[in-house]
Amino acid sequence: MRVTFTVNGSRESVDDVWEGESLLYVLRERMGLPGAKNACEQGECGSCTVYLDGAPVCACLVAAGQVEGREVRTVEGLADGGRLDPVQEAFVECGAVQCGFCTPGLIVQTHALLARRPDPSDAEIREALAGNLCRCTGYEKILDAVRLAASRKTGAE
Amino acid sequence: MEFLRPLSWEEALALRAGRPDAVPIQGGTDVMVEINFEVRRPGALLDLNPVRELAEWEMAEGRLRIGAGLPYTRLIEEVGDRVPGLAQAARTVGSPQIRNRGTVGGNLGAASPAGDCHPPLLAAGAQVEVESAAGGVRMIPAEEFYLGVKRTALRDDELIRAVWLRPAEGPQHFSKVGTRNAMVIAVCSFAIALHPAERRVGTGIGSAAPTPLRAAEAEEFLAGELAGEPAWGRSLPDGLAERFGELVGRAAAPIDDVRGTAAYRRHALAVMARRTLTWAWQDRLAGTGRS
Repeated sequence: MRVTFTVNGSRESVDDVWEGESLLYVLRERMGLPGAKNACEQGECGSCTVYLDGAPVCACLVAAGQVEGREVRTVEGLADGGRLDPVQEAFVECGAVQCGFCTPGLIVQTHALLARRPDPSDAEIREALAGNLCRCTGYEKILDAVRLAASRKTGAE
Repeated sequence: MEFLRPLSWEEALALRAGRPDAVPIQGGTDVMVEINFEVRRPGALLDLNPVRELAEWEMAEGRLRIGAGLPYTRLIEEVGDRVPGLAQAARTVGSPQIRNRGTVGGNLGAASPAGDCHPPLLAAGAQVEVESAAGGVRMIPAEEFYLGVKRTALRDDELIRAVWLRPAEGPQHFSKVGTRNAMVIAVCSFAIALHPAERRVGTGIGSAAPTPLRAAEAEEFLAGELAGEPAWGRSLPDGLAERFGELVGRAAAPIDDVRGTAAYRRHALAVMARRTLTWAWQDRLAGTGRS
């Protein structure tokens, strides 16, 4: 089947999509957008987090046909041209990356958190990121990066 | 596989009637796992996302009608104060990403014994509104909806339209045991709802029998012990919560599986029943639990 939807601001059509296919597969294998990572395929790890109509979701659990006419924003769509999003910058500066596999999902989820709550408490950060697993267990630096991005967003720094 | 995309409720019912092999999909948080892991290859997916009215809620006849497609995140934010037990359970579902997609309707349709919504729906005395093109609307009490592991009273041509429940008239609490706070399928779970005006108690047990179920004997015991106006305004008598917990544990029919043993589940249920009753009673005495 053909699926037509908006990805990172651009209207795209994809052909020959299998009806049981996930949005994640379409993004990675058919559209050349490998930012969202494929790991658990059951919504447990958060590595495939993307925005669907403004809400962060696991792309592995969205059927491709369900995004018809809707708007998807992936980690590739966060930077403004050549300029990284402040959340991405904060992850780089804090060294909140080890193997990097969980990073895109964490960045999208953090981006969504700060859009909703610019100055989150530590408890709110942990709750927001509870569904994003870092197998390297680099959580401390990830929390540092979220706090840094938040402080810049609120102008505290 | 086919992908069916009705744009209205009427069209969805018509498609459902003609395609008993179609699997309805809302947030996909259960259905897509089964497809990704090749556990299931339905003849068709019936996407209910485009039927926008399913994602809405309303107050009707003094009751809350929650559309089958209302995501947990919106349920918590928009009606959580009116259905605190269900909202507490919804907060424990998966992660924020899952709660942005998962729905009460999907939880009911999947009918896993471990589904988080079932205990509070049972405790609150909720009804499930289902509909078919040929048979029209049926209202099914929650306790008659679950027939077996992943089996429900839903007929082949029916779809879940909404759940109905009265806004809380007394304290409600939900408790769930798992290995961590997030991303956990319940080892077992329990919900309590006090109905002070009727001098009645509602309960729901999850993940400790082939279906979610009420602890009827425990409900009757507690209501009997508290019979009479003064009892509902006083502290709980000594030993009452413990006895209530024992009866809840006894109501379950758990099995040993990868998540826990039957004995552990009975024990945990007794503890959760005692605790949730204690919390609910504290709410009641403090006047914070809507009475």
